[in-house]
Amino acid sequence: MKQNHQQNSNTPTKLSRRKVLGGMAAAGILYIQTSLGKTIQPVLPASWRKSDTPADDLITPGPGPSKLGGRSPYEKPVRLPSDISSRTPLQDLLGTITPSDLHYERHHAGVPNIDPEKHELLIHGMVNKPMKFTLRDLKRFPSVTRTCFLECSGNFRSGKETMTAQEICGLTSQSEWTGVMLSTLFREVGIKPKANWFLAEGADAAYLTRSIPTSKGWDDAMIVYGQNGEAIRPEQGYPIRLLLPGWEGNMNVKWLRRIELSDQPFMTREETSKYTYAVKDKIRQFSFEMDARSIITSPSYPAKVEPGWNEIRGLAWTGRGKVTKVEVTIDAGRTWQLAQLQEPVLSKAHTYFRLLWYWDGSVTEIASRVTDETGYTQPTLKQLVDYRGADMGGYHLNPITSWLIKRDGSVLFKPESRK
Amino acid sequence: MHSCIAGIKMTWLPVVAGLLWVFVTGFIEDTYSTEPVATPLTDTVPWPTTFNLGRAATAAEIKSWDIDVSPNGRGLPAGQGTAITGKIVYQTKCAACHGKTGEAEAGVKLPAPVLVSDTVFVGRKTNTIGNYWPYATTIFDYVRRAMPYHAPQSLTNNEVYAVTAYLLNANRIVKADAVINANTLPRVVMPARKYYVDDDRKGGAEVK
Repeated sequence: MKQNHQQNSNTPTKLSRRKVLGGMAAAGILYIQTSLGKTIQPVLPASWRKSDTPADDLITPGPGPSKLGGRSPYEKPVRLPSDISSRTPLQDLLGTITPSDLHYERHHAGVPNIDPEKHELLIHGMVNKPMKFTLRDLKRFPSVTRTCFLECSGNFRSGKETMTAQEICGLTSQSEWTGVMLSTLFREVGIKPKANWFLAEGADAAYLTRSIPTSKGWDDAMIVYGQNGEAIRPEQGYPIRLLLPGWEGNMNVKWLRRIELSDQPFMTREETSKYTYAVKDKIRQFSFEMDARSIITSPSYPAKVEPGWNEIRGLAWTGRGKVTKVEVTIDAGRTWQLAQLQEPVLSKAHTYFRLLWYWDGSVTEIASRVTDETGYTQPTLKQLVDYRGADMGGYHLNPITSWLIKRDGSVLFKPESRK
Repeated sequence: MHSCIAGIKMTWLPVVAGLLWVFVTGFIEDTYSTEPVATPLTDTVPWPTTFNLGRAATAAEIKSWDIDVSPNGRGLPAGQGTAITGKIVYQTKCAACHGKTGEAEAGVKLPAPVLVSDTVFVGRKTNTIGNYWPYATTIFDYVRRAMPYHAPQSLTNNEVYAVTAYLLNANRIVKADAVINANTLPRVVMPARKYYVDDDRKGGAEVK
């Protein structure tokens, strides 16, 4: 339907307004076409009411079908943006898929505006046949869909009690991604035996680059153009991004334009001066997999709990396969109970967990810890500091996150010192 | 209500009976297979050797896109610079965000990272080129592709060499008159290089 912004309900039209309204009233309906083309029904005059029902409000038909849906006006989840990133409101999510417009962002020179008709992917270097692919080409290859999480490896904030899950670790989100397996493209160009690494380069203003082991390309890496059933969002790399399930967000290069095969890593700025961290007197590099992590998102600050039955709910994930169990404590770590995991438990994916909890109104502390299929259990911050040292920086931190339950039911984050 | 439904039944009875007959005899005569069909998890049609999608990239196309520089110097272009010329480039193009000299200044919160310090890793206040970066080639690669922030790839190769020389000299790594070019840059040994170790964690019970 073509919209006419000049015409509103007061504009005279060929059909007399009185006649139209009269006809509608005769049919028992009163509709008004707004300037945006939406059909609404205003409240009918009180004298028209025939019903004996003592309803305060008349029951009236709502808006008709529309081209694009939207949220209920009563729901207002938003990302939390800073200069360089925006965070997913984990405490507002229901289930495991992050709505695309709430997916976290992290970019290094803003979101580029890319014409998909002009965008090409170059694969070259140690290959038999250097090639360029258009988006149309990529979409014609066998297409694969996979649900997995992404997480920035610098995803732990602390420091005060009044922090939301979004503020603590909102740089993780989950989508259903659709695209072509990178191995399918490797097969087309022919990878030389000594090409153990490849460079992935984005088309943003930073031309962001990362080196990635070629084995990941043969394993489960994808070049994705779809996110949650539609074209990938600009903030997530439109028209194509690299997807490395389970690996740190920064390596999943967005706005992907170039892949270069090599026999050595390129040592780009993002894998040397950034995304590395001190471990005692060394600097640890090439931490690719995201360690197992969980967080209770309900109840969490700023929610309040009421005495009686509640359900503790949250998300657990690991970059090393599947979550095998989540334990929850409701007594500040003295005892741990197994939480129920929501099936299907997918590999390298946000997994929903829950535990029924009767809160008797007393002060306590609740927390969750996840174990993954390698046998790794989410550590405390103290365990991380003990091994790496207090100078360990901000990357690859996945500590158990505790919430304090106050007598009035308020829920506060429990910040812990690194010293 | 009831009579209405009965009326429909009466009208459609022959059709319903006919459909029922087809349905039942269909099974009897095995028109429709009742065998459960396994859901294929791999392609049911074998893949061709090539899908013949995409096109060969020309040498000129690759050359114009391939701007990365490796630690061994591969990818470094012709040109050169020294800290003396680099200081001018730095002051004109970099200082607005990274500070007058690139060093941390007391009480000043810069919009971009501090770049310059001594080369002492242990006890450092912030990560800089001098105390943290493992390869000098990364400076050239990163400045050429991504800097200055508001006008990336606007510097000439000589300017990038010069500002690289300035940053290396400011961080006490090369002398002020050292000529930085494709030959000399890969040979610069960065003080922090010796601290780097690969992550060897593979999951399992240990916390590291």
